[in-house]
Amino acid sequence: MLIPCPHCGTRPVEEFTFLGDASVTRPTTNDPSSMEQWYDYVYLRNNPRGRFDEYAHHSGGCRSWLVVTRNTETHEVYGAVTARDYTRAKGARA
Amino acid sequence: MCKTKTLGAVIPPYHSVQDLRMRYNVFSLIKNSFSGHKNWQPAWREPQPKSEYDIVIVGGGGHGLATAYYLAKEHGLTNVAVLEKGWLGSGNIGRNTTIIRSNYMLPGNNPFYEWSMKLWENLEQDFNFNAMVSQRGVLNLCHTDAQRDAFARRGNAMRIDGVDAELLDREQVREMYPFFDFENARFPIKGGLLQRRGGTVRHDAVAWGYARGADSRGVDIIQRCEVTGIHIENGKVVGVDTNKGFIRCKKLGLATAGNSSETAAMAGLKLPVESHVLQAFVSEGLKPYIDGVVTFGAGHFYVSQSDKGGLVFGGDIDGYNSYARRGNLPMVEHVVEAGVAMIPSIARVRVLRSWGGIMDMSMDGSPIIDKTPIQNLYLNTGWCYGGFKATPASGWCFAHTIARDEPHKLNAAYRLDRFRTGHMLDEKGQGATPNLH
Repeated sequence: MLIPCPHCGTRPVEEFTFLGDASVTRPTTNDPSSMEQWYDYVYLRNNPRGRFDEYAHHSGGCRSWLVVTRNTETHEVYGAVTARDYTRAKGARA
Repeated sequence: MCKTKTLGAVIPPYHSVQDLRMRYNVFSLIKNSFSGHKNWQPAWREPQPKSEYDIVIVGGGGHGLATAYYLAKEHGLTNVAVLEKGWLGSGNIGRNTTIIRSNYMLPGNNPFYEWSMKLWENLEQDFNFNAMVSQRGVLNLCHTDAQRDAFARRGNAMRIDGVDAELLDREQVREMYPFFDFENARFPIKGGLLQRRGGTVRHDAVAWGYARGADSRGVDIIQRCEVTGIHIENGKVVGVDTNKGFIRCKKLGLATAGNSSETAAMAGLKLPVESHVLQAFVSEGLKPYIDGVVTFGAGHFYVSQSDKGGLVFGGDIDGYNSYARRGNLPMVEHVVEAGVAMIPSIARVRVLRSWGGIMDMSMDGSPIIDKTPIQNLYLNTGWCYGGFKATPASGWCFAHTIARDEPHKLNAAYRLDRFRTGHMLDEKGQGATPNLH
């Protein structure tokens, strides 16, 4: 797998560390009533067969956090953006 | 013998469940040798699905077939179907590195795995099938003093549970495997934790043995039958949509390993599970060389030698979500590097094949065998790297959970809601990350 890092260009997969599902959103509060949100954030995962947005750290390169869009069945990589841009775009959509 | 003699000629194939089964023993072998081995019966039927069953198990892998077998054998429940979208043994039961062991530490874990070991020890007599269970010993190597302390602790925990464990010093390990790299500058071998009752089993024979045993008791094993939807009415499961039509059921058990998230999603459940690809490898055939199972303690590498002579080995998951059943080359390099660090003499051995299986990686490294918030829906998942060794106990406990509608005490800790309540079974003490054992 080759990942198109927005900063470094196309780089091999072994330079990246994957954190998985980028759909999870960290709760903004520690309030006990947010337990269910925290449970969801820490433990539950979207785990689709097919198109998948995932966090990836370019740990062997520019050390940026990225969101890679990839097919989990074929390993085809559709693209990668910085996690910041991804979150901003998500905020704009919401 | 007389009984079997009439079978091929008189009874049309696949009609009589009970009589179809020919017992495998030396007499049936000799008898069949006289007819050139042309009259062996198929080991299981290929039935069409009925419109309704008491229990439907989704997933005809090791765990699903074992569940059906123990439902029939231990609970007398035979109106059962196992639905498999591929063919028997096409998933992880035929893709693992065949290792069995019960060297866990936590109280919620090890009694379960030890029960599995006890079932392994009597499995072939139990289901009358040669699964080549070989208790050749599993040795975990340690490379630092701290690691040896941890092994002593784990070995003691095992012995409290009545499991055999021996802490070996460097010379005792050297006696067993003199060709290991004991003086490695970074990872000198300091000793090891040995479970002599651990070993290997011919993995696909486990699927076949359970399939044959379940089938002969009346369970319908339906291959090439993919479940495409789960019907729920008033919070209760009532049946499944398949490519062979709707099948009504009173209870539904999901044992779909790497596909668990997808099957559970059909019932609206989101799981604490990620699917990852784990690669395994076999080398060209060698003369007898490594007579047990050995694991490297400074990297992730485990190896045994098959009866054909190939070194069977594996390491870490690739590290990204995948349903592809094939991995990438960086992990091949990583695994082989660890292997050569442990056994320098394998550097010139050629790898014959590599393949991948999809692991259901749970968030604490331990499995889930439990009821679900949906009535009559039961879940068996989260096996991470360790599903094969658990096959008998997993089937046994899942069958109990389904039949009695409550977990057995052996799987009481494998709760689906333990992540919500904070009762994690975290052998490694590393927290929520889907890359643990």
